[in-house]
Amino acid sequence: MAVEIIRVGIVGIGTYAPERILTNFDLQQTLDTSDEWIYSRSGIRERRIVAENEATSDQALVASQRALEDAGVRPGEVDLIITATNTPDMLFPATACLLQDRLGATRAGAFDLLAGCTGFIYGVIVGAQFISAGTADTVLVTGAETMSRVINWKDRNTCVLFGDGAGAVVLRRVPDDRGILSSMLGSDGSGGKFLNMPAGGSRQPASSETLAQELNYLHMNGREVFKFAVRAMEDGASEVLRRAGLTKADVDFLVPHQANIRIIEHAAKRLKLPMERVAVNVDRYGNTSTASVPLALDEALQSGKIKDGDNVILVGFGAGLTWAGLLIKWYDAKKQG
Amino acid sequence: MADIFEKIKDIIVEQLGVEPEDVKPEASFVDDLGADSLDIVELVMALEETFDLQIPDEDAEKIHKVGEAVQYVIDHQ
Ligand SMILES: CC(C)(COP(=O)(O)OP(=O)(O)OC[C@H]1O[C@@H](n2cnc3c(N)ncnc32)[C@H](O)[C@@H]1OP(=O)(O)O)[C@@H](O)C(=O)NCCC(=O)NCCS
Repeated sequence: MAVEIIRVGIVGIGTYAPERILTNFDLQQTLDTSDEWIYSRSGIRERRIVAENEATSDQALVASQRALEDAGVRPGEVDLIITATNTPDMLFPATACLLQDRLGATRAGAFDLLAGCTGFIYGVIVGAQFISAGTADTVLVTGAETMSRVINWKDRNTCVLFGDGAGAVVLRRVPDDRGILSSMLGSDGSGGKFLNMPAGGSRQPASSETLAQELNYLHMNGREVFKFAVRAMEDGASEVLRRAGLTKADVDFLVPHQANIRIIEHAAKRLKLPMERVAVNVDRYGNTSTASVPLALDEALQSGKIKDGDNVILVGFGAGLTWAGLLIKWYDAKKQG
Repeated sequence: MADIFEKIKDIIVEQLGVEPEDVKPEASFVDDLGADSLDIVELVMALEETFDLQIPDEDAEKIHKVGEAVQYVIDHQ
């Protein structure tokens, strides 16, 4: 019996970046740090910060509306909304449900997905399964993050690295010779302690003590995360190639999670890819967690760096620890007419 | 010994973008070869991979000069 293979691709993309820019020089005013230190260690020059009245669903909404418009899809056609975020509007209900309502996606199921900064890639992989299985036609995946509300602005080890933003993509069936070729999901909970927010959950509910101990902020062991990240990027990329039966030489473009230019350069070197074929925007956005990959992908598409038929790898890592890779033979709906 | 030194030299030249003739046993990674803290982390990872070693942080912190890296690899291989 012949099994029908349903290929899934990204048929629309939209992003949102808050207006306010916070530069390294701005940070120097309030923190014992310097543009030189931040730029040389991370490649970051500036990041975006939400307005006082903005939260994650506000950012996700704009990005989603733009993605739907780009795909030519009406909200009522969406079957499923997956919102990858580490900074939901509130612990529950899911930010995806708030988004579902505001979009008017009346037919859609909706849930949040928590996989650290890898959440967006996880979300695309999960969403694609529904389409491959024939249980959904149109899936909206968003990565939206308001990191500025969970970082400790007095901790120079972490606060200089992160920023706010959102991205969204629409997934649909694409022609058989295009779309997702392979994917991989990884996790290693033994490293969960290296990047977490200790309080505010059921183990240590927020209290005046947890606030006094600054446990309601993001905590990170930068060195351990760095070592993990370098290996995770390499593993994610090589694993998706192996699963698709392709080699490094077949890669046309790499969209890595934008946490630190040093990690990105390491990954590019291992894939033997020149930096012209690697998406980089960490200099202007910092680490926007789940928003980083769609923001970088959108820029690469806008500037024409990714063309129909290109083999594109998305790869990321994050809290969990988690990592994931996705290999897509790019489908340009507009070019195909 | 000479072989290990040459291999480590290659790693340092590649990671730090320095000239091979500057990679001498007495050269300090930070003061002479311009490495920052993340370069050191990457160097240690490259040593681990090349020589199939596990270098704990407390050991890594004691490696400041090229010669100390060579000696560490000799002692632990
Ligand atoms: C965070 C990171 C840039 C730190 O680099 P590092 O080389 O490990 O730096 P260290 O923590 O060893 O700090 C080196 C020195 O710089 C200082 N420092 C740290 N942050 C600083 C800042 N913003 N400005 C100035 N100095 C700073 C430290 O206090 C330390 O000083 P000391 O040697 O006098 O103690 C790096 O570890 C990293 O990028 N890790 C990965 C993080 C990541 O990607 N997280 C997101 C995952 S999704």
